[in-house]
Amino acid sequence: MKEILRLTLILTAIAAISAGVLAFVSSKTENPIKQALRAEKMVAVSNVLPSFDNEPDKDTLSVVTEDGERELFYIGKKNGKVVGAAFEVIAPDGYSGPIDIMVGVDTAGVVTGVEILKYLETPGLGAKVATKEFRGQFKGKSIKNPDDWHVMKDGGIFRQITGATISSRAVTKAIARGLEFFDKHRAVVIGEGKIGSSGKGG
Amino acid sequence: MGAWKEFSKGLWSENPIFRIVLGMCPTLAVTTSASNGIGMGLATTFVLVASNVVISAVRHLIPKKIRIPAFIVTIATFVTIVDLAMNGYFHALHKSLGLFIPLIVVNCIILGRAEAFASKNSVVLSFFDGLGMGLGFTLSLGILGSIRELFGNGSIFGVVIFGKSYLPLLLMILPPGAFIVLGILLGLMNQFELKMAARQGRLPIIKREHNCATCVLHKNWFVSSGD
Repeated sequence: MKEILRLTLILTAIAAISAGVLAFVSSKTENPIKQALRAEKMVAVSNVLPSFDNEPDKDTLSVVTEDGERELFYIGKKNGKVVGAAFEVIAPDGYSGPIDIMVGVDTAGVVTGVEILKYLETPGLGAKVATKEFRGQFKGKSIKNPDDWHVMKDGGIFRQITGATISSRAVTKAIARGLEFFDKHRAVVIGEGKIGSSGKGG
Repeated sequence: MGAWKEFSKGLWSENPIFRIVLGMCPTLAVTTSASNGIGMGLATTFVLVASNVVISAVRHLIPKKIRIPAFIVTIATFVTIVDLAMNGYFHALHKSLGLFIPLIVVNCIILGRAEAFASKNSVVLSFFDGLGMGLGFTLSLGILGSIRELFGNGSIFGVVIFGKSYLPLLLMILPPGAFIVLGILLGLMNQFELKMAARQGRLPIIKREHNCATCVLHKNWFVSSGD
C-alpha cells in the first residue's frame, strides 16, 4: 500500500512538472501559431479575390443556411466598395479524403480565383487539382448555366485530369455548389440586400 | 573518447535505420521529399537529445517499476514542445509532416535509447548518444527522401535536377517506393559492411539470420513454459 502511494506520488509529480512546462510553452507559441494560421488564410484569400485594400479576414459575414449551417464569407473591398467575396467549400468526395477549396468571386458571382487549401489526393494524379492548369479553368466562369459545371467526361466544360476523374469531379461539384449558394445569398453578401447585413460596415 | 564513441555509433555501426531497423513508421511515411526527411529527422533529434538528458539526470530518482510511464511522459512533453514550436515558426513544414510529429512519441528509437542507454549512463554520455542516434536517423531519412524525391519528382530539396522533360516515376513517392528504396539501401549497406569486414579480417556486424528459435524471448518463454 505504501509503495503504491509512493509510486503514484512520483508519477503525479512528473506529470505536474510536464504540465507546467507545456503550459509555459503553449503560452509562448500561442501568438506565433495564430499569426501563421492567419497568414496562411490571407495568402489564399488574396490569391482568389480581385484586388482589395481592406482586411478580408476581419471583414467577414456569415450567412446561416436553412438547415442551420453557417457559411463564412471574406469580403474584399476597395475604397470602401465591395469588390468580391471569398469562401471555403469542401469537396467531401475526393479520392482519398475531403478537399478544402477557397473560391473567390466578384460581385456578379463570376469566379475570380480558386485555391486548393488541403487535400490528400495521390501525388502526380489527383494532386494535380492543385495545379494552375486545372484550377485556372474556373476563372471567369459563373453558375449561370449549371449544366456546364461538370467535367468534360460528364458533358461539362471543364477538362478533367487524366487518370484522376474522381478528384476533378469532386472539385468541380464543390465549386458549383459554393457558387449556387453565393448566388442565392448574393444580395446579402455584397451588401445590397434589405435583410440583416450584419458584419458590414466594420 | 567515450563521448565520441557514443556519438559516432549512431551514424554507422548502430545506425537506427540501416543497422537496427527501428522507427520504420516515420521512415517510410514522411520521406517523400528530402526536406520532409530532414525536418522529421531534426525534430526527432531534438526530442531524443532532450529526453535522453532529462531521463539520465533523474535516473536515480525514478523507481524501476514506473520508469516506462515516466519516460513516456517526458518524451511526450518534448514532442508537444516541438509540435507547438514548429506550428508557430515553421508552419509549412509542420503542415507537410502533419500527423507524424505527434507520432514521434511512439518512435521506438526514443524510448529505446531512454531504456537502453540514458537510464544507465551519465548525462554527458546520454547527450552524445542522443545526438549521434538523432543525426544518424536524420541522415538516413535525408538520403531516403533525396532518392525518392529525385526519381519521383525529378528534384532534390525542391531544386529541379532532371529538367522538364523528365517523366516522374510516381511509384517512388508513393508508399511502395519507400519499401523499395529502403530495401535496396539496406542491401547495399550490408554488402559494403561484408566487404569491409573481410578486408579488415573481422566478423561483420550483420545478423545474417533472423531465426525466432534463437531469440532470447523465445528461449525464456517457450522453454520455461515447457511448450
